[in-house]
Amino acid sequence: MALRKIDHEAVEARLSALDLPQGPSWAAAARRDALERVRAGGLPQRRDEYWRFTRPDSLIQPEPTPAQVLREEGSEIFSGIDRLRIVFRDGVFDPEASDDLAAEGVAIERVAQSGDIHWARDLYGKLEVRGQEPVSRPLAALNTAFATDGLLIRATGKVRRPVALVYLHEQEQSDAILHHVVKVEEGAELTLLETGPAAARFNTVTEVEVADRATFHHVRAQGRDHERRAVTHVFARLGGECVFKCFTLTANGMMTRNEAVIELAGDDAVAHVAGAAVGDGDFHHDDTVFVTHEGRNCESRQVFKKVLRNGATGVFQGKILVRQSAQKTDGYQISQSLLLDGDSQFLAKPELEIYADDVQCSHGSTSGAIDEDAMFYLRSRGVEQSDAQDLLTLAFLAEAIDEIDDRMIAEDLVTQLERWLSRRRR
Amino acid sequence: MLDIKNLHVKLEEEDKRILKGVDLHVDAGKVHAIMGPNGSGKSTLAYVLSGRDGYEITEGAVALDGEDVLDMEPEERAAAGLFLAFQYPIEIPGVGNMTFLRTALNAQRKARGEAEVSAGEFLKLIREKAKTLQIDPEMLKRPVNVGFSGGEKKRNEILQMAVLEPRMCVLDETDSGLDVDAMKLVADGVNALRDAGRSFLVITHYQRLLNHIQPDVVHIMADGRIVKTGGPELALEVENNGYADILAEVA
Ligand SMILES: Nc1ncnc2c1ncn2[C@@H]1O[C@H](COP(=O)(O)OP(=O)(O)O)[C@@H](O)[C@H]1O
Ligand SMILES: [Mg+2]
Repeated sequence: MALRKIDHEAVEARLSALDLPQGPSWAAAARRDALERVRAGGLPQRRDEYWRFTRPDSLIQPEPTPAQVLREEGSEIFSGIDRLRIVFRDGVFDPEASDDLAAEGVAIERVAQSGDIHWARDLYGKLEVRGQEPVSRPLAALNTAFATDGLLIRATGKVRRPVALVYLHEQEQSDAILHHVVKVEEGAELTLLETGPAAARFNTVTEVEVADRATFHHVRAQGRDHERRAVTHVFARLGGECVFKCFTLTANGMMTRNEAVIELAGDDAVAHVAGAAVGDGDFHHDDTVFVTHEGRNCESRQVFKKVLRNGATGVFQGKILVRQSAQKTDGYQISQSLLLDGDSQFLAKPELEIYADDVQCSHGSTSGAIDEDAMFYLRSRGVEQSDAQDLLTLAFLAEAIDEIDDRMIAEDLVTQLERWLSRRRR
Repeated sequence: MLDIKNLHVKLEEEDKRILKGVDLHVDAGKVHAIMGPNGSGKSTLAYVLSGRDGYEITEGAVALDGEDVLDMEPEERAAAGLFLAFQYPIEIPGVGNMTFLRTALNAQRKARGEAEVSAGEFLKLIREKAKTLQIDPEMLKRPVNVGFSGGEKKRNEILQMAVLEPRMCVLDETDSGLDVDAMKLVADGVNALRDAGRSFLVITHYQRLLNHIQPDVVHIMADGRIVKTGGPELALEVENNGYADILAEVA
């Protein structure tokens, strides 16, 4: 079906602001294919059902809206953790600021500097394509075509130090597109950390293949620049008996759309996707998750919590699709918001689609205010009202933070949240 | 210590009068008991003293050592030394008992211009207090009151009181739902805190707690008023004859 004129114009306007990167040669076919898909299908539009709660305008317009750079005080998040640090400034790799990419048990290369023949050829754009059914994700296809760089990470053993991507935002008009491919080989273990606002506008795709009996932990903190906009996609395909856990903390950001598309292909695998978001004012945060169960006896969990105030908006669209083959599936999904005032709103669309008969799936979504009884109890013990509210806010988010296995990482995120809460008061 | 004068209270949301002129004076170092049938307004009095929302004070005054209490926020009352042991302690999922108590203690100390207690000092303090109340240290790590039995919740209230060391303690039916052993523990906890500078207002429906915590003065409350005041023998009278006789006598 041909695009409507207005949609055709929108996609061509966006494409005209981009250059198709020259390399690497092994990715050329995937890039061309993705470009054709974008041309044919267009970009997200306001009337699209999948974008009902989130206006895509700022993510698809040709140039990014400038975003003021926040000068963060205090030490960098995760700085207390022994990690392999890789720095991107406004989406551009910074070799000076980055650690040596060589590390035990893992091979790390840059998309822009990889050789002619590459293992990533079988994954780059491939998991993204799989994730386009049954719902299309045009901004991910756009990313596959135009990503200027990214990392190709292949873990072959138990990788001791987490690989930490640090995304610095320094220019008010930056528009960054990065595409990462992660392969965790059979029995291998890898933790990937991502922090920072990255750019005025950031589009990132991470394709992850987790092989049998492998473990992959992914923790992100999206940075506190209030005016930044981001669309992220994680496409993961899981083998048998493996573990995949992804957590995202978002504090501020005018526009965030985080999509996670998880395919449980093997048997006995575990996939957890979780997030905590706190926002104030013209903050719009959207978690869109699609989990497909193919293998038998797999467990999936989605735990999302949002704290909203001063007219902030939170969105959750979460789906669990259980195919006929996926007997003994254990699927769980919860999305909750804490509304600190009457102006903020939380929009949730939980969905279950089940074709197997022997499964256990549950989902729930709630929206509520601070518990006044708990508030009074704390105050009656001498805790000031604003501190009591912070304590209860952190308590609300704790259930999502608890999804992170590594205590040190979790504590760092709690510190971030505490900073956010205290900054609100100044 | 505590001075309640002609206190009239109605519900904020509806036109229901609950306290209809309560007068009460508690001297420093004394234990007063308030007894009365269900619905007579005992918990309302306790909540109004501690500053809970939802009530409107239409008349009267409350002073703590001469300072107007009704003007203060709940946390200011706490810092001034007022403490309420809740009839129904609140569960707070996600907030650890230790964090809760240390935050409370340091908030009060800060409000009074005192130095904060370090994590180490606090740990020592709470371990010692928990031990005398036979509170399992594991319980301290759990979220506030979540999954606690009725008795554990009440003991936790007394633990908070022991740590915060208030000068005016209001105990609302701390005995309800406790078996004899648990009640004894709670009473011991209270008695250990008795001091010339500290007063207690012990609200109870039954006399049995007063066997363990000897009151100096006993008040009977009915329909929003103190209708009779006497010595410990008044509690025994309630125990033996119920409220009916007393209420008939004052009617
Ligand atoms: N928040 C409230 N909403 C409605 N009625 C209330 C409320 N608080 C108290 N009351 C009513 O006020 C009266 C006194 O209640 P309360 O103070 O709890 O008595 P007591 O503690 O002596 O049993 C009762 O009739 C009770 O139903
Ligand atoms: Mg009561």
